[in-house]
Amino acid sequence: MASEALANSLGPPALPARRRFPTLRRLLRHRMFLVGAFLFSIVLAAALFADLLIQVDPNRISIRNKFRPPGTEWIFGTDNFGRSQWSRVIKGAQLSLAIGFGVVLLNAAFGTMLGALAGYFRALDNLLMRIMDAFMAFPVILLAIGITAALGPGSINAVIALAAVYTPRTARIVRASVLVVREQAYVEAARAMGASHARILLRHVLPNCTAPLIVQLTFIFAYSVLSEAVLSFLGLGAEPPTPTWGNIIAEGRLYIREAPWITLVPGLALAMTVLGLNLLGDGLRDVLDPRLKVQQ
Amino acid sequence: MLRYVAHRLAASIPVLFLVTLISFSLMQLVPGDPAILIAGLQATPAEVERIRHQLGLDQPFHVQLMSWYAHLLRGDLGSSLLLGRDVFEVLVERLPVSFSIALYALVLTVTVGLLSGIVAALRQNTLIDQLVMTVALIGVSLPNFWLALMLIVLFAVQLGWLPSGGYVDFREDLWGWFRAATLPAVSLAMLQMGLLARITRSTMLEVLRQDYIRTARAKGLPQRLVVGKHALKNVMIPVVTVLGIVLSLLLSGSVVIETIFSIPGIGSLLGSSILRRDYPVIQGGLLFVATMLLLLNLLVDLVYAWLDPRIRYGRGE
Repeated sequence: MASEALANSLGPPALPARRRFPTLRRLLRHRMFLVGAFLFSIVLAAALFADLLIQVDPNRISIRNKFRPPGTEWIFGTDNFGRSQWSRVIKGAQLSLAIGFGVVLLNAAFGTMLGALAGYFRALDNLLMRIMDAFMAFPVILLAIGITAALGPGSINAVIALAAVYTPRTARIVRASVLVVREQAYVEAARAMGASHARILLRHVLPNCTAPLIVQLTFIFAYSVLSEAVLSFLGLGAEPPTPTWGNIIAEGRLYIREAPWITLVPGLALAMTVLGLNLLGDGLRDVLDPRLKVQQ
Repeated sequence: MLRYVAHRLAASIPVLFLVTLISFSLMQLVPGDPAILIAGLQATPAEVERIRHQLGLDQPFHVQLMSWYAHLLRGDLGSSLLLGRDVFEVLVERLPVSFSIALYALVLTVTVGLLSGIVAALRQNTLIDQLVMTVALIGVSLPNFWLALMLIVLFAVQLGWLPSGGYVDFREDLWGWFRAATLPAVSLAMLQMGLLARITRSTMLEVLRQDYIRTARAKGLPQRLVVGKHALKNVMIPVVTVLGIVLSLLLSGSVVIETIFSIPGIGSLLGSSILRRDYPVIQGGLLFVATMLLLLNLLVDLVYAWLDPRIRYGRGE
């Protein structure tokens, strides 16, 4: 007691700065994570500040200016309608990230719910997991195509389809960590003290399952951006003239001989986004979930 | 082993049932009246009625469901609205095309992915390792349909080495098939190659740290025996499990890739059916592919159990 009082009188112990936020510090030392963060922030900044970056309306047609190659006047060139590729690719970034984010949110909500229920309540486990298995029996893109083909094309439907396709995968990961955490002594202690199931799940189990979930969601973000591009390439995403990376590539495909930049630029933007997110995911996994360590 | 096989077979039956149910439900997701959507705006009421009748949409829900299963049990997936032909027949006809290209891509994936993963692990933290891993990472990040277009620009348009599309039957002209299938197979395999290289490398690194490898080294075995005999066998186990995912990805990618290269496989059939709202083909195609994948995954699981006896006896989930 006395020593504690003494310690208090000396003020809070001067913790060396590196003891605080250990996870963040380790992430900042992870070279690949930083590269990923850099790549992703370029795309994110383009999406957030789109209105400042775009001078020409992405849908303004000017046939006089069609097929202008990239240069000082038209940074990314123009397409077959003389529309500014710069404006269209940046608008596309906005939509791609919005869709990726929407899928991640739905995934986090439903994946956590289903995974927690399956992992925590033994009675539900078998039923829920067999249903998840059935969804996972379909190749990702094929099921997403099937769902969007039924619902009709559009961004919202693409988000619904991709969330439906990826949720079982997230649920499976949450379930696996719930299965481990529910056997821990502190969960048993909480149960012995008479805590309700809801309290145990929300206060004790789920907070300890976040690391693998965060890693998973980063990769889901990458996959959804990629899959959305596939869907809109096939004409199942947002409908033209709304620019998405997928539908710009699909249109550019027709003029690939005379104007390859129409296809090249959105593809590079897409690859950069996915690469950035993959690197972020790898970094997060290395730091948050060392058991799954893949590199080094 | 027999018990394990029986157990796995029994476990896949409910999943298969649910897969058929999901395929059936897709049609129920269509907002409004699918018959009007399919028939188009110019259709007369009689035409709409004919399509509605052909799809069984004029029946109550439970009758539709029963007839879906009654037909399935006879191997009948319905008939295509556009081709006017039996869906199952069309799928089987196109299967060898998709399968030959998927197999080509699989061979590429396993040889390139496995070898580069092993080389990277053996030369850990050298320039070669970093190079291989960077290429692998870029490989898993490239959109395959975009890669396909870029490969066409480079190898077909600029260099003129390979055709930019089309398909040659391998039973008629093997060399022609090889030329036509190379760009599609590479575009399909790129993602999987990267994935497999990364997994192989990390598994190999883990295996190389094991005691039995140290023992093998200590008793003076040459490197090629240590790696080729002791390490490789244990690396293969996780690699076999990823093959299920690899197959799924190959079949997934085929819709876009076959469309781009105008290859008359299952993928391009689905691709063209989507926009024309040929629902029986979409439903049947999805069910067909998912069932094939379930069977392949079952096979992979059995091989896995055969390679690793611990699976058979231990984890009897």
